[in-house]
Formats: sequence, structure tokens, C-alpha cells
Amino acid sequence: MLINKRLIAAHFWLAFIVFGVALVLGAWQMFVRSPLNAWHFNPEFYYRSVTAHGSAMGYVFPTLIAMGFGYAITEASLEKELVGRRWAWVGFFLVAVGAVVAMIPVSLGLASVLYTFYPPMVGNPFYYIGVVMVVVGSWIWVALMVTNFVIWKRENPGKPVPLAMYANVAGSLLWGWTAVGAALEILFQILPVALGLKSTIDAGLARVFFSWTLHAIVYFWLIPTYIAYYTIFPRAIGGRLFSDAMARISFILFVVVAMPIGVHHLFADPQVGAGFKFMHSVFTGLVALPTLLTVFTICASAEIASRLRGGRGAFGWIGALPWSNPIMLATALSLVMLGFGGAGGLINMSYQLDATVHNTQWITGHFHLIFGGAIVIMYFAIAYDLWPHLTDRALDSFGLMRTQLWLWFIGMIVTTFPWHYVGILGMPRRMAYYDYANPAISPQALSVTMSAIGGFILLLSGLLFLLVLIRGQFGARGEAGAYRFAVPLHMPERIPVALNSFGLWLALMVGLTVVNYGFPIAQLMALNETSVPAVYVGAGR
Amino acid sequence: MASETDHSLGEAVAARIERRWATLSIVIVGVLVGMATYIGIHQATMPQGRVETADPKTLHLSGEFVESNLGSEMQADGSVTVRAIGQQYSFTPQCIVVPAETPITFRATSADVVHGFLIEGTNINTMLVPGYVTDLPVRFKAPGDHVMPCQEFCGIGHQGMWGKVKVIDKAAFRDMAAAKRRLTCVD
Repeated sequence: MLINKRLIAAHFWLAFIVFGVALVLGAWQMFVRSPLNAWHFNPEFYYRSVTAHGSAMGYVFPTLIAMGFGYAITEASLEKELVGRRWAWVGFFLVAVGAVVAMIPVSLGLASVLYTFYPPMVGNPFYYIGVVMVVVGSWIWVALMVTNFVIWKRENPGKPVPLAMYANVAGSLLWGWTAVGAALEILFQILPVALGLKSTIDAGLARVFFSWTLHAIVYFWLIPTYIAYYTIFPRAIGGRLFSDAMARISFILFVVVAMPIGVHHLFADPQVGAGFKFMHSVFTGLVALPTLLTVFTICASAEIASRLRGGRGAFGWIGALPWSNPIMLATALSLVMLGFGGAGGLINMSYQLDATVHNTQWITGHFHLIFGGAIVIMYFAIAYDLWPHLTDRALDSFGLMRTQLWLWFIGMIVTTFPWHYVGILGMPRRMAYYDYANPAISPQALSVTMSAIGGFILLLSGLLFLLVLIRGQFGARGEAGAYRFAVPLHMPERIPVALNSFGLWLALMVGLTVVNYGFPIAQLMALNETSVPAVYVGAGR
Repeated sequence: MASETDHSLGEAVAARIERRWATLSIVIVGVLVGMATYIGIHQATMPQGRVETADPKTLHLSGEFVESNLGSEMQADGSVTVRAIGQQYSFTPQCIVVPAETPITFRATSADVVHGFLIEGTNINTMLVPGYVTDLPVRFKAPGDHVMPCQEFCGIGHQGMWGKVKVIDKAAFRDMAAAKRRLTCVD
């Protein structure tokens, strides 16, 4: 039962508009730095574009999806109206205005620092202020999710919180805490310098703060996808969820171990010692656990659905799955990309192998495959699933949806596989221009060209996606009925308190962060002579 | 009643399969972490052990990274130390010369923003953060030329920041080192 449909639809529409713009920038970037582009251009435009693409795709798009989907889950799974509707709109407008405030200096070339900030380079203060507004808007959502969770539990003592809501609150708590790292970096280090109150900054400490956010943010992006795996996919293909408890354990593991692992982004950095790099490496291994558990549960759920439809044999049941259903197709393609991307992630987690690929195109390929591929394709699936309930109109261009999903998958493979390959060859990331005439670089030219073609396939798929949604706004009117989530195979009658609350897990999340980040941060703050002069960037300077 | 039994039987089967898979998952992760740990200790491929600082405001005035001290230096024990600086948008020295089959220590820092370098065709890859000293033990197997791009975005000239590494024969390097204290490709 969705009540605040306009609120939810506003989040999804703004998210997908931002996504569309950022996708065009991405495709343009793929083109200009490939051998397909024969003309000279101002490389500064490239870095503006990368800053805008990264900020939009990293901070705005997935945040709006998590927020909109979170409100939908609250109303549909708790079967009551969202508490705090006005605050939700305040959050929405903060994100929307923040995105514009951030993008104006970026498009003027006043903040080409990339979405990872990279102090001591410092851009126009409004870029950072805009990002802070986006984060504050999303924190309102975090507070609302927790509030609705607590109120429902009080009204329904002893009853298990619906899995979708439990997972949704897990995601919001994870985001609330993980965003603190970048917030500390911006508020205490970068903004005072950007506003001219200070002129020096500790670049090493800033990188440590940013790593606090940088890795767990990926799990924040991932959680809507996992919620869709567990609670939409089995229902959409006419099956049951294999296990409710294992699903909860997976989300809890994300809350606990997604945080204290960010230093694996700093394996090659001189400001953190080997001991803590090792600790973070080990925890990075642990975070593969919830994904391994998820893959099992989802495949088992698919098998149940297939056998209910008459699927037979050890592998024969795969053919009996409802492949013409877009949710089925999206989930399968997502899991394939998750498999490749996850294997790449396990390679990155060991610092011996990471040394070969650190800051090369391999990394760009890796996170585009995981985020752009496995995660975003499920955002499409969520939109396809939710749209009839938001518009009260039929969404029935199934052929178009399947084409769109296949194009996204093919585009992502064609883009990211060559990207991984040139990374192994040693091609550095984020360069506006490569001299393909140089014999040391020319072997990479063909792969980069293939990547650029993949970028155009992705752009085409993205446009098709928007077309499907627009057609959905004008489809035949029809009541979509109540929005429901998958039912587990064995409905738990009672549930352990630990799997129905977050107190213990929050304590562990904060505790492990303090353990794994406390010393490196304290050590760097105690070092005196590490603040270095800021380097202001921007057109005309 | 029969269906009740079937239900709990099914639940027990489901729980058992699930436990097996969870155990297998833990074993997989354990093996991977164990491998990384073993190789790290056994082959001593650990990241930099300690944090050292260097003030970018005075790099050019005194200390290890003054210009006359940059380049490759032969040590008494036969190993080589390479000192280098990254700045917007070049490395100093721009072309590094090193001997093959020799233990080499790269010591480098940044004079302005965050840079990094990787040496293509090797797994040598590190960051240069202003304020901190990067200390990296490496070894080149065979003579040859490598490109050495900056791999971290450092401003609008980032795409132009490419250095070079020339790996030469061990004996030829020793001859060069006999004539001059700090070596680059131009010597």
C-alpha cells in the first residue's frame, strides 16, 4: 500500500534524470580519451566532466534511489503511512538544491577536483557546500527510516520487522555512519581552506577520512539491489525466498564489516602503516561473506520458483525460469556481473595483487562493473517493478525492457572487460589524453576503442530506459493492487532479538570503526609538520 | 499433521544446506586471507612499515630531497637508492636510471599535491602524498625501458605527467656510478 506516491516518484524521477545527464558525460569521456577522437580539445573540460559524472553518479543518483525506495518499503512493508512526510520533502529538496549548488561551480570549471576531492587541491566552496547539502538531505532520510522502524516496533511488540524494512534500516544506518568520514574531511579540513580561513591542509589525514566513506558508500549503493534480490525477485518470478534469517544475517554483516575496511584504498599510501593496512585487508575479505551467502539464497529461491513451474533436473530447472520476465532477466544479468566484479574485488583486497592494478583502469573497470553493472541494473528492475504502483498505469513494454536490460549488460561487459585488461597493462586512470602513437601505449589503443563503443551501447540503453518510464506515465490506467514483497519458504514465527534489532550491530559497527580507524587518525593528528599549502584550482587562476 | 511434519522436515533440510554453504563461504574467505598473509610474511611483500614526513615547503632548501641529491645512488652494500619528487606536472628526475637484478629502494615525495607513479610492465605502483615520504623496495629483472605515468589525478595537466625508467645492465650501472654520485638517464 503506497500512500505518498508523489514523494516516491519525485525521488525516482530526479534520480534517473541525474543519471541520464551523467551517463551522457560518461559516454563523452569514453570517446574523447579514446583513439576514436582525432581532434584536440581542452583537457580541463574532461576533468570538469569527470567531476560532474562522479559526483552525480556517486552522491546524488544512488542516494535518491535509496531514499525513494526506502520510503516505498516503509509504506508497503509496514502497511501504514510514512511518519514524517514533510521532513521527507525537506530532505528531497536539500538533495535537489545541493546537487545544483555543487554542479554550478563544477560546470564553470571552478571545482575540477573530481568527486574524491583530492586535497590539497581545493576548489570553489560551493561545490563542497552542495555535496554537504546532499548528505544532510540523505541524513534526514536516515532519521526517518529509524523513526518509522522504532514506532512500528513499539506498536507491534514481539513481531518480526518485515525483511525489506529491516534491510532498508540497515542500509540507512550504514550510510548515516559511513558519510561521517567525508563530512569530517569537508567540514574540518577542506571548507575552512576553500573559504579562505586557513591555507594549509593535511592531505594524508584527508585521504584517511575519505577512505572511511569511500568504501562503505559502495555497500550503501548496493543495499537497494540486495533488497530487490531478496524481496522483489522471488515474488516477481512466482517463488519463495529460501531463507529469511540468512537474509537478515547478510544485511547485518554489511552493517558490521563494511565500515572498517576503507584503508584498502590506501594500500599504496605512505601515511598509514602496514599493520592497519593488514587489518583492513582481512576485513575486506570478510565483506565477501554476505555476498557469497546472498548468491546462494537467491539461486536457491530461483530454483524453488522454477520447480513450482515444473522445472526438472539438476540444471534443467534453469531453462524453466520465466526468462521473459524483466525482473528475472535483470537479476540474472546482475548476478553475472556481480560474479565478475566480486572476483575482481577479491583480487584488489590483497595488497600484493593490488600493487599491479592500483589506480589503473582496472579499478575504473572494477567499480563500473559492480556499481554501474550489478547494482544499477537492479535499480532499473526496482523502477520497472514499482512504476505501475506509482503511476496507477500499466507498464507493459516488456520487449523494450528486455532489450534495454540486455543492452545494459552487453554495454557494461564491452566497456569494463577491456578496461580491466588495459589496467593490467598499466594504463593509469583519469587522464584526459593518451599518446597512442607512443610505442609503450599503442598496444592499449584497441581495447580503449572497444571500451568507448561499450560506452555508447550503455548510453543507448539508458535512453531506452527513460523511454520505458516515460511511456509508463502515459499507459492505460489500471489499479496495480497492493505492493508486496517475497514471502519466505518457512515463515519465521519467532525471531531472535538480534535479527530483529540493531543495537548490538550498531555498537559493533562503531566499535570496529574506532578500532580500525582510531589509531591511524590519532597518529596523523598528532604529527605536526604534515599540513601542506593548499593548491587552489579553477579556471582563470 | 503430516504436512506439519513435512514442513519442519523441509525446514531442517533447508537449514542444513544453508549451514554447509555458509561454512564453505567462510573457508573460501579464510583461504584467500591466509594466502595473502602467507605471501606477505613469507616473501616480505608488505606495504611500507612506518610513516615518515617531509615538509614540501622546504624540500628544495635542505634535507634528503634537495635537487642535488635526487637520482640514483649506489650504496656501499651494492644496493641502489632512488630519490625522486613529483610535482605538477612532472617528475624529477624525469628519466630514472637503475640497474637490473639489484635491490633498489625508491624514496619519493610530492612538492605540491597528491601524485603517484606506476612503472608499466612491472608491479611497482605507489602514491606520493605531500608531507609524507614514500619508501618502496623494488627489483627489476631485466634491462629495458618503461614508461612511468602519474596515476593519481593531480590537476588539469595530469595527462602530461609521464616519467621514464631506464633499466640497464648491472655492470654498466656500476661504471656510471664510479664517475658520478647521483645518476639520471642524462649522465
